[in-house]
Amino acid sequence: MTIAQFLVLSAAMFSIGIYGVLIRRNAVLVLLSVELMLAAVNINFVAFCRFLEDTAAGGQVFALFIITVAAAEVGIGLAIVLLIFRNRASANIDELDALKW
Amino acid sequence: MEWFDNGWGLSLVVFAPLVGAVALLAVPKKDEETAKLLALVTAAVSLFFAVVAAFRFDYAEAGSLQLGAKLSWIPAIGSDYEIGIDGISLPLLVLSAAIVVLSIVYSWDHWPEPHNPKGFLILILFLATGMAGTFVAQDLVLFFIFFELVLLPMYFMIGIWGDKTKIRLPGFSKEVETRLYASIKFFLFTLFGSAFMLLGFLALNFRGGSFSIPELAEMGAAGQFDGTFAFLVFGALFLGFAVKVPMWPFHTWLPDAHTAAPTVGSVLLAAILLKLGSYGFIRIAIPILPDEAKSWAPAIAILAVIAIIYGSLACLAQTDMKRLIAFSSVGHMGFVMLGIATLTPVGITAAVIGMVAHGVITGMLFFLAGSMQHRYHTREMARLGGNLKLMPILGGMLGFTAMASLGLPGLAGFWGEFMALLGSYQPLEGLSVSVFRTAMVIGAVGTVLTAGYLLWMLQKVNLGEPKEEWAGHEFHDVDRYEYAAWVPLLISIVAIGVYPKIITGAANDAVTALIDKAF
Amino acid sequence: MVTAAVLSGSSILAATGEAVERSDGGILAAGAWLIVLVPFLATLAITLFGKRLPRNGGELAVGAVAFVAVYGTVLLLATWFGDGIVYEGGVTIGAFGGFEIEWAWVVDGLSIMMFFVVGVVSTACFVYAVGYMEGDVRPTAFFASFTLFAGAMLMLVSAANLIQLLIGWELVGVSSYLLIGHYWEQKENSSAGMKAFLVNKIADIGLMIGIIIAAITVGSFTISTIMKKVVETDAALDDVAVVIAVLLFIGAMGKSAQFPFHVWLPDAMAGPTPVSALMHAATMVTAGVYLTARMFPLFEEMAHEALDLVLIIGAITLVIAGLLAIVQDDIKRVLAYSTLSQLGYMVAALGAGAYTAGLFHLFTHAFFKSLLFLGAGSVIHAVHSNNMSDMGGLRKDMPRTFWTFIIGSAALAGLPPLAGFFSKDEILAAFNEGGHGVVLALGVGTAFITALYMTRAVSLTFFGTYKGDGHPHESPAIMTVPMLGLAGAAAVAGFLNVPGITDAFYKLVVTRLVSAELLGEHATSFDLTALGLGLAAGVLGIAVGYRLYYEDASTQHERDRLRIPGLWPVLENKYYIDDLYMNGIVNPIKGPIARFVNWTNGNIIDLIVNAVGALTRGFGRFVYGGLDQRGIDLAINEAGAGTGFLGGKLRYIQTGKVQQYAAALFGASIVLVIGFWISIT
Repeated sequence: MTIAQFLVLSAAMFSIGIYGVLIRRNAVLVLLSVELMLAAVNINFVAFCRFLEDTAAGGQVFALFIITVAAAEVGIGLAIVLLIFRNRASANIDELDALKW
Repeated sequence: MEWFDNGWGLSLVVFAPLVGAVALLAVPKKDEETAKLLALVTAAVSLFFAVVAAFRFDYAEAGSLQLGAKLSWIPAIGSDYEIGIDGISLPLLVLSAAIVVLSIVYSWDHWPEPHNPKGFLILILFLATGMAGTFVAQDLVLFFIFFELVLLPMYFMIGIWGDKTKIRLPGFSKEVETRLYASIKFFLFTLFGSAFMLLGFLALNFRGGSFSIPELAEMGAAGQFDGTFAFLVFGALFLGFAVKVPMWPFHTWLPDAHTAAPTVGSVLLAAILLKLGSYGFIRIAIPILPDEAKSWAPAIAILAVIAIIYGSLACLAQTDMKRLIAFSSVGHMGFVMLGIATLTPVGITAAVIGMVAHGVITGMLFFLAGSMQHRYHTREMARLGGNLKLMPILGGMLGFTAMASLGLPGLAGFWGEFMALLGSYQPLEGLSVSVFRTAMVIGAVGTVLTAGYLLWMLQKVNLGEPKEEWAGHEFHDVDRYEYAAWVPLLISIVAIGVYPKIITGAANDAVTALIDKAF
Repeated sequence: MVTAAVLSGSSILAATGEAVERSDGGILAAGAWLIVLVPFLATLAITLFGKRLPRNGGELAVGAVAFVAVYGTVLLLATWFGDGIVYEGGVTIGAFGGFEIEWAWVVDGLSIMMFFVVGVVSTACFVYAVGYMEGDVRPTAFFASFTLFAGAMLMLVSAANLIQLLIGWELVGVSSYLLIGHYWEQKENSSAGMKAFLVNKIADIGLMIGIIIAAITVGSFTISTIMKKVVETDAALDDVAVVIAVLLFIGAMGKSAQFPFHVWLPDAMAGPTPVSALMHAATMVTAGVYLTARMFPLFEEMAHEALDLVLIIGAITLVIAGLLAIVQDDIKRVLAYSTLSQLGYMVAALGAGAYTAGLFHLFTHAFFKSLLFLGAGSVIHAVHSNNMSDMGGLRKDMPRTFWTFIIGSAALAGLPPLAGFFSKDEILAAFNEGGHGVVLALGVGTAFITALYMTRAVSLTFFGTYKGDGHPHESPAIMTVPMLGLAGAAAVAGFLNVPGITDAFYKLVVTRLVSAELLGEHATSFDLTALGLGLAAGVLGIAVGYRLYYEDASTQHERDRLRIPGLWPVLENKYYIDDLYMNGIVNPIKGPIARFVNWTNGNIIDLIVNAVGALTRGFGRFVYGGLDQRGIDLAINEAGAGTGFLGGKLRYIQTGKVQQYAAALFGASIVLVIGFWISIT
């Protein structure tokens, strides 16, 4: 297997994630898309780690960190979405422009 | 007494009044007696050490600097605390210390409005330090600081205690208070000159690498400063000193300042402050830039005789007694500058004795004019008259001092005038004889005009019957504080006149040495 | 440090070489400085304590001059009966460059003569003044000034150097100012004092410059040093000798009131009469003659042109003043113009080279002129008026005054054997001998005029009928005794120098540090032409005077006018010289010129100063308003405003939409990546 295959997969996943983040209206789906991008990054890390023969396995360690952080992030993100939904009865991102000028 | 000869003595003369001034700050304003006593004591300490210096002074070596010191002061710019006196500074130093004491004695009972003796005394003591310091400083920066130190107290003295009458000035639409106009004019005029002088000092330092006057004089005598540089530097120094003297046409601050100043201010101004300018010429301008002095000398002589004639004629047109005396200073300082311009030992020694004599005589005249104003509440000569009848002793003193002022032989004023004329018959070799001899003749004519306006003043003020408006007035003749302040001056007028060696004994050798070295 | 440089007479003699062989006067001459010091100390004492003394200081004054008179007499006798005294001593009092200044006194025949004259005449006048000034407004001030006057004159004549001479000279001037203006309540009197002082001061310009040139040429102020150079015919001195001589003589003209500086002397009559007596006889006016005599060798040896000037000035003065004396009504003015005229004789005599004759006339004139003034004072004291039209017939009431006045007048008119006869004769002889025919004619003519106006004065005052108020009395003894003494002197002084018979005076005045040849020789016989002319003129003058005035002394004033039509107004107005001076010189300087100078001060120089001030303020306003407020400050403010404006516009980017932000972020990272890509390839 060549590294190119991993990179193509990762790029595809990242692009899908970008697409989701930019297009989706639902905040939950946006969060999911962010997870997708993170997963793409993880693939990259693990692939490079393997192909560069990093004995310290730094890439895999980073992947583990990212998974952890992603979990925490999703937790906070979902909590925010939940609270917004309770207040506004909607999870539509377009309506959330309280930070406007 | 070794400590005294090592510069401590002179430093005490200079700084004792300053210490007194600082100590005065701590005295409560209401406690006037303590304030007066403190001021008098510190001024007297200064005078005492000045007199001690006169006794410690080695007259056989009058041409060299003595009793001095040289301590590192501002190493960053190469300026030292360098002091010392020679035979030229010594008489002036003693004179300034003495006049300060006499001024304080006189003030004891004659406070100008708005009273406040504490503030007034502090200013006098500041002035004392500045004046004495200028005469002992042998470093240009130190000289400059002392030279400028006198400005501020005098500014306040005129501005606060001065004449409050309003005057109308040509070129101004509104009326202003005399004291404000005079004090600002005095300050700005002299500061204007000083700015150029400072430039000159800095230029000398850049070229010569030193601020020390004796070192620079050595270089000057060796011809190290020349060309356009020297010309410009002399011009800058000339402006600075000429304003202070004051030479015609830089004199117009003088009548205004004198007229507006309180009595003691006028006395100090006339007796000492004017001398700072002429002293600067002798101490700095001539020895450091001898060649330039030579090329500027005819111009100085011409300005000097213009001042003599101009001052005398202006006196004849005055109606205000103090203003008349002020203009007489212009004429008398003209003689001093004529003596200096000759660049000969005769002329410059004449200038030194003329400076001291003018200090004593004109100081006395201003004391008298002040006391008369105090009693009559006017300075208008048209309203005065018969003073000799109302106050015989004061009138007699006025007559005597006026005689001294017109250069009566046998009194102090004579030597400076006559010897300056003598010197200008034969100026330094290389100077235009015809210019100086013409100056001599014009100066001699000036002595007649001087006699004319002083006798005219005496006739108007002293003689005749008193005006009717004073009928029934009680006039106090000279009181004891006035006696205490004036008798020493009167005695010294006679003493210098009868025995000029009091001054020339030190000054002549110093001047001769200075000229020999420079040319 | 007092360095006493006392030179013994003999050492100077050795130095000058050519000097007359005389021994020094020992302690007597060495102590001669007391002659100067004592009057000055007396002046000081009178000023300080005079008021507390019973005679208001008069006793101190008389004591001081009596001391001088005694000292002078002793010196005079010592000269005559000893070998003569020539002495110089001094104390250095200062140095200017190479010039040593000294208080130095010279004791030689000339100065001894002056000591004697000043001492004796002063004593007479001072004693008289004690009586005359009784009840005066301020006798103490008078006596102080009077003593100063005598002291100053003594300083002048004792001076061994020109500086000291100048000091004495000017002190004489100032004390005359004080004395002439003694009654200064009236403006005329103080103005007269000023006039005397200023006229003298103008002439002093000449003296001062003359001294300066002499001192610089010779290198010393000492007169004997200058004389030494004269004897050596020093080339440098010879070059400027005429200039020096003329300038010194200009000074002398001022003090001796020679034309055209004579205007002050008649006005000087404003002072008390004893002052006039002393001023006109021994002090002040004789100073100029003394100076010329003192410097005579310089004139004679090196400056003959100047001597001609001296002669001409003297001749002019003696005539014009003599004429003026005829028309005066004020008795003191008659005497004043007579003094001018007689000074003209002395000066002209010196100009003709007659050193001894000039000085001899000074000597005799001192006695009879002071006598005449004291007599006039005595009369004025009695009738309380100066005007002869208020007098008349006083012969009977004031016999002592009358007889002494007659002696004085006769001496002045040159009647033998009184003093004036011998001295005037010598002068006329000198004119004749020198071949100065015109001057001789003027001298003889003036001798006639002199006799005429003195006869007139005597007639109007002492004969005829009394025209004043009250009853005049003879003056007290304290006033008449000095007059008697002076009358005695005036009678006999002439015998000191009779041609061919006595030469005491000649011997005295040539006892100097220069050889007698330079001072002229003693006449051995009378010049009969001059003698006859002078005597005839005097007698004729008296005869004409007698005819004109004595016969009807009561209506005199009217007839005066009739006698000299045309000339009269000119004489009454003093040849308009005073008007010329006042309107031509004094008033313009005092008025327009002085005002113009003061105007320039206020309106030109000060205008420039104020304009500089105003311009600076205007410039300051421009700097503040134009540059600061509208320049720099504007830029700062605009920069702030611009930032705000930009911010206002840019804030619309902030939509609050997270997805837009994310898109921008993503777009930006793509741009970065592309940029990175381009930069590495």
